Amino acid sequence: MKPEMTPEMEPLTKAFSREAANPPYKLPPPIFDARCRACWFMAALLVLVAASFATLGLEWQAFLSMDAARSMGRFVAEFFPPDLSPAFVSQVTSAAWETLAMSALGTIMAAFLGLALAVPASRMSEQDPAWLRSPTRWLLNALRAIPELVWAALLLISAGLGPMAGTLALALHTSGVLGRLFAEAMENVPTGPGDALRIQGVGPLRVFAYATLPQVLPQLMSYTLYRWENNIRAAAVLGVVGAGGLGQMLSFHMSLFHMNKTATILGAMLLMVACVDALSFSARRWLTR
Amino acid sequence: MSVSTLPPSRLPGHKLNAQLTAPQRDPAFAGRVFWLGLALVLLWPLGVATEFRPWVMWEPDNLKVTAAFVASFWPLVHDAEFMRMVASETWRTVAMATAGVTLALVLAVPLSLMATRVLSLSALSGRMDRWPAVVRWCVRATLIVLRSVPELVWALVFVRVVGLGPTAGVLAIALTYGGMLGKVYAEILEGGESHATQNLMRNGSGRLQAFVYALLPSHAAELASYTVYRWECAIRSSVVLGFVGAGGLGQQLDNSMKMFNGGEVATLLLVFIALVALADRVSAWLRKALA
Repeated sequence: MKPEMTPEMEPLTKAFSREAANPPYKLPPPIFDARCRACWFMAALLVLVAASFATLGLEWQAFLSMDAARSMGRFVAEFFPPDLSPAFVSQVTSAAWETLAMSALGTIMAAFLGLALAVPASRMSEQDPAWLRSPTRWLLNALRAIPELVWAALLLISAGLGPMAGTLALALHTSGVLGRLFAEAMENVPTGPGDALRIQGVGPLRVFAYATLPQVLPQLMSYTLYRWENNIRAAAVLGVVGAGGLGQMLSFHMSLFHMNKTATILGAMLLMVACVDALSFSARRWLTR
Repeated sequence: MSVSTLPPSRLPGHKLNAQLTAPQRDPAFAGRVFWLGLALVLLWPLGVATEFRPWVMWEPDNLKVTAAFVASFWPLVHDAEFMRMVASETWRTVAMATAGVTLALVLAVPLSLMATRVLSLSALSGRMDRWPAVVRWCVRATLIVLRSVPELVWALVFVRVVGLGPTAGVLAIALTYGGMLGKVYAEILEGGESHATQNLMRNGSGRLQAFVYALLPSHAAELASYTVYRWECAIRSSVVLGFVGAGGLGQQLDNSMKMFNGGEVATLLLVFIALVALADRVSAWLRKALA
């Protein structure tokens, strides 16, 4: 049975038949075309990769030879059995607690410092001249660009060897990261409540405390928790330059070739990272359920 | 108590007035002070564990050393020989990151294809068979282990095996990033629409054909942009790897710091910040072009 034609359908069918009557015949595009951006991009990528491998002078023979395989095997065999004597395990546990404390304290300090820097780095209202906006953003970018490990190495000079340098390093790098995220959050908040207060003549500090902050606080908390998770992982290795925690024990015992103890510390590190991953995964699932 | 001894604000007639004017003090003041105090008490053990004594930094001889170091930042060292060295080390840092990510791809692509559940033939009809499921689970566990060892630890291990130099750094980046890329690739491939893939496989195409003609085209942009993002991260971490002797800017920075040569440290830090900013720009531009 032929479907009934309604007046509305008529132009549509006409257009369709015109399209379908003479399908344009297209040649496949040529492989290389001077205007093809993807081709140039791929070529540049290949050149970059080839140049990287060519100039680095990687010692494949040192790694892929039988000799290297044997030394690798010996090296791995030295790890076993891990040193599980109670005295050493309690040392590792206290170092793990130190790592955890470093990450927690560093993140808390970073949250406050980041908030203090995010306020001048954001334009709160249309009328806000925000003179300090770009200089503060530059400062935040610089704090963020230098990794925790480099900060720790720099801070060792004034803070001395030990976990305090690591804590301050985490705090400085993370405050750069959090400050930028906080500033973006504050600029994207609805301005209604703040404007209502401002029209009544309330000062900027109280507008921030009673209108802006309560609106962004949940987002700020979630950013901070996310960075804490990252910082636990970072704190575990910070000690390699002498800034406390599990990493310091690791580099100490590794440089003395105490391989059994090194294996225990590596195990503790893996366990800690795995616990943090599992906790954050289940927390996220619970929150987004 | 008679009515006249009450303060004016307590009198019934003043009730409305009292509500209209804002309270002079914060009504939640006591609660806020309590929670602040509790937080400080809870912070105390953290401060003890991290030996947090900031006043150490303000001790006179400590302050003298710090001031001398910071003062030596200026003037920046910029003679021709040093700048040539900085340029070659900067290239070496970028090359380490690029070579590391390339090797990571060699590791990650086959493993992620093996781990992807969408590309299972037996799962097309009901449950996946036992052995494919076991293999997929093992591959996934391998990826997670590779990824959860920090690259700095891999680098420490490889420096022992292959000696100081960029080989250790490249291998460290390859292993950690191989794990990260593989896991995320598998998640991306499983995340999207899978009807086209399943249709192809139901009609008799192989798994690789289904991947190339159905799964890859619909996820290519996302995969590519994640790879570019990870390349940017690899540049940042290849600087850090220099600190354990894997070459590049990090190693120079470490040397200059150990010699208390503030001018060199400042130059290297500025070059590093510029490099990170540049990688950030390039990666943002590429990801926008790919999207």
